[in-house]
Amino acid sequence: MTLSRREMLKAQAASVAALAANMSVPAEAQPVSGGVDTLQIKWSKAPCRFCGTGCGVMVGVKEGRVIATHGDMKADVNRGLNCIKGYFLSKIMYGSDRLTQPLLRKKNGVYAKDGEFTPVSWAEAFDTMAAKAKETLKAKGPTALGMFGSGQWTIFEGYAATKLMRAGFRSNNLDPNARHCMASAAYAFMRTFGMDEPMGCYDDFEHADAFVLWGSNMAEMHPILWTRVTDRRLGQPHVKVAVLSTFTHRSSDLADIPIVFKPGTDLAILNYIANHIISTGRVNKDFVEKHTTFVKGATDIGYGLRPDDPREVKARKAADPAATTPSDFEAYAAFVKDYTLEKVSALTGVEPGFLQQLAELYADPKRKVVSFWTMGFNQHVRGVWANQLVYNLHLLTGKISEPGNSPFSLTGQPSACGTAREVGTFAHRLPADMTVTNPEHRKHTEEIWRVPNGIIPEKPGYHAVEQDRMLKDGKLNFYWIQVNNNLQAAPNSSNETYPGYRNPENFVVVSDAYPTVTAMAADLILPAAMWVEKEGAYGNAERRTHVWHQLVNAPGEARSDLWQLMEFSKRFTTDEVWPAEILDANPNYRGKTLFDVLYRNGNVDKFALSEISPDYENQESKDFGFYVHKGLFEEYATFGRGHGHDLGPYELYHEVRGLRWPVVDGKETLWRYREGLDPYVQPGKGVEFYGNKDGKARIIAVPYEPPAESPDAEYDLWLVTGRVLEHWHSGSMTMRVPELYKAFPGARCFMHPEDARKRGLNQGAEITVISRRGEMRTRVETRGRNRMPPGVVFVPWFDASQLINKTTLDATDPISKQTDFKKCAVKIVPVSG
Amino acid sequence: MRSLTLLGAVLAAGLVLAFGAAFSQEGAPVKIVPRLTGTADPMALERVPALGRAVVDDVRRMRNYPEQPPVIPHSIDGYQLTLNTNRCMDCHKREFTEGSGAPMISVTHFQDRDGQVLSDVTPRRYFCTACHVQQTDVPPLVQNRFQDAKDIGRKP
Repeated sequence: MTLSRREMLKAQAASVAALAANMSVPAEAQPVSGGVDTLQIKWSKAPCRFCGTGCGVMVGVKEGRVIATHGDMKADVNRGLNCIKGYFLSKIMYGSDRLTQPLLRKKNGVYAKDGEFTPVSWAEAFDTMAAKAKETLKAKGPTALGMFGSGQWTIFEGYAATKLMRAGFRSNNLDPNARHCMASAAYAFMRTFGMDEPMGCYDDFEHADAFVLWGSNMAEMHPILWTRVTDRRLGQPHVKVAVLSTFTHRSSDLADIPIVFKPGTDLAILNYIANHIISTGRVNKDFVEKHTTFVKGATDIGYGLRPDDPREVKARKAADPAATTPSDFEAYAAFVKDYTLEKVSALTGVEPGFLQQLAELYADPKRKVVSFWTMGFNQHVRGVWANQLVYNLHLLTGKISEPGNSPFSLTGQPSACGTAREVGTFAHRLPADMTVTNPEHRKHTEEIWRVPNGIIPEKPGYHAVEQDRMLKDGKLNFYWIQVNNNLQAAPNSSNETYPGYRNPENFVVVSDAYPTVTAMAADLILPAAMWVEKEGAYGNAERRTHVWHQLVNAPGEARSDLWQLMEFSKRFTTDEVWPAEILDANPNYRGKTLFDVLYRNGNVDKFALSEISPDYENQESKDFGFYVHKGLFEEYATFGRGHGHDLGPYELYHEVRGLRWPVVDGKETLWRYREGLDPYVQPGKGVEFYGNKDGKARIIAVPYEPPAESPDAEYDLWLVTGRVLEHWHSGSMTMRVPELYKAFPGARCFMHPEDARKRGLNQGAEITVISRRGEMRTRVETRGRNRMPPGVVFVPWFDASQLINKTTLDATDPISKQTDFKKCAVKIVPVSG
Repeated sequence: MRSLTLLGAVLAAGLVLAFGAAFSQEGAPVKIVPRLTGTADPMALERVPALGRAVVDDVRRMRNYPEQPPVIPHSIDGYQLTLNTNRCMDCHKREFTEGSGAPMISVTHFQDRDGQVLSDVTPRRYFCTACHVQQTDVPPLVQNRFQDAKDIGRKP
């Protein structure tokens, strides 16, 4: 064989590349052996597995394996783009340590809390679990049984879980990890508009003249939404971007108005802007008069710590933090008058000029403004207030519910909206914004579910942080965790989370695809199918419901969380779990399994297997003998249809790239509450916030109040925790993708070089981060993407070997019960040796 | 392929050493990999490995599939990527590639939201690091069994 010089060069280049990749290449390029058919890839749509943006992806399958993914050109959310995580979706299911069989802690062949994980059959796993659940129910009743779910549950899974817990086991101890993520946002929506979730949608971005980020690093956490903001900012020079944060990060790189404020003082900035709008005469009086009312919120409401904490004992209104009293515009104006530019600049540490520029973005009637927030607002001991204070600004100026004017609460998880909020998997919620405390809501739910009246308990269950406390205190004894890694995510974990998991009185079950730190602390691990290994549905941050088919099979004996929930329900009869008086009054329910009454109830089992697309597998449906997903969806959709939460017919969702509810007459709704855009607004109203009976939104007067813990002489640094672009949440998927792992291989502590120098620390030095609660080890980063102000450090939480949540404080917003992961006090010392 | 497996084994051994995990895991159904599973006692304090070095050898890495954004094989320390300037474009912009020898940003990067081709990089693709990342010189934590399409479906 003779080679030209050019071929020679190419061959050399290829062998260098091959050497680098540690693989061999054939001596010469092969033609298409086997014909062009062998090149075919089966492409199907799915939403991304990661954040709340809800990008559409095309998933390529060949011989039962995912071999490629890319951004879906037809998906409006992302139009062909993905972020680095999304581009590597192809590899998230293929970590070599996938869980493929149930693992039970055993000693001498039987279950033991201190035993070793031992492979068992599904039958043995469920038998052991059922025995433990029955034991707990018998000894202490339904309040000792609980479940911790997820904003990553599919809608079907969350819906099946809420039925099993509330109507099956009669326990409201069901909460999602979304409690840690956006409970504050959800409560604020209910308190302001009487209805959850944003009025606008992502189309707002292409209409806005200004974007304000309040505690949201979209460049890393919502990168595809950031591409749309960037597109607008760079493409339209009049557009302005303001970024508010407690440190400088990648989103600040696009900022015209970059603002770094002292932790917790954002509340004062919000009230200053309201004062600025009022004092410069830019209130939209017509809008305010017609569409709003004013209230005053209770103050000094505590920090959601354990009730015996001195800070709770001292707080005047800790017992009733959500209380409000009616007020009026004059009283509100007088209240915010206190928040002068001078005073707020001093409190926040922000230049007055920046504050004025920021206030003008809202005040200027010609400027359309979108406000964004995520964890900076929601993980805040006054998170509900912060959310409501930003609504105040949009309501005072009437900049709401129209293209480009939009207060926009972003979500972190792919179905925080779809599953946690819309399905209602919080300890107090039912589907379609209903609550367990309302007798009418319970009755309505029982009717749709076809269970006897009185089955759903009235008292809200334990919320996330309270579940950990109750596990530790021995009051919650049977606990099932699905699709989350709470031992890594929960605050103050070494004192309040881990002890509960290992409490000998408790039996803890974890369903997951991979061994996480939470799974390793459990008593029984159930192997889960993930993402496109099952049919699913997610609901993103703009009310978009997006459905996908099962595209590949799960490995080994791994089964979906849905299958696990439904299969487990077969092991209980109504006689074992429902009270005798209810069964006496409803004898036809006697002797049935929970599976019969919850899932073979004439609704869920209504659709035959023949309705499943012949092009796709559907494992659960084949196992149960009916089209489970369609049945669950259609029963669930009954709650919202005709009530402003309308979902379209299930089949439609397999055809489209998601639809934003309410879907009325097959048409989605982009902007709610505005006549002409939202079919629920009565003609002639113009704007109608119909979630509230009076059709009006609430403007609330609440003050700045300090965080639960601030640095002092000993614990002299603020600690902020969060995420990085390359890893999603606790990293259980992304850390198993080599390219993503290598892009950010471990946690580290971002700090100001001066703070490092003062402690004798160089870049990369090993340190111990110590709080009043616990300590963890990491390394110093003074050069990275996050540029910290003196006195503030940032540590991401994705690394299971560096559990920063051992140091965080389990303080929550007292209204939403969501933890503040952004503010506590730590000190940092070098590791010697 | 054998050399790849061997290399994997060597890397895995190195990893165990790096984490000082001396306990036996022979036959255990779940292996302890501290960054993934936590340490054997998850609440204990363990030494933290040094921050890895960035790969800066300028050798292009094969993509897992054509749509994968290529990783960055060179240093980007101190690169400005802001509202005012984009240092990456100094080399990767079409007009500059002849002088720099760097790969041109791909044709997709010229397309706006509607798929129309612009005369320069589309603003929505402006922040390169949302998709292109550097790599650190560390072995993977666990093997990933993703299979390349070229190894699937071809019957020789």
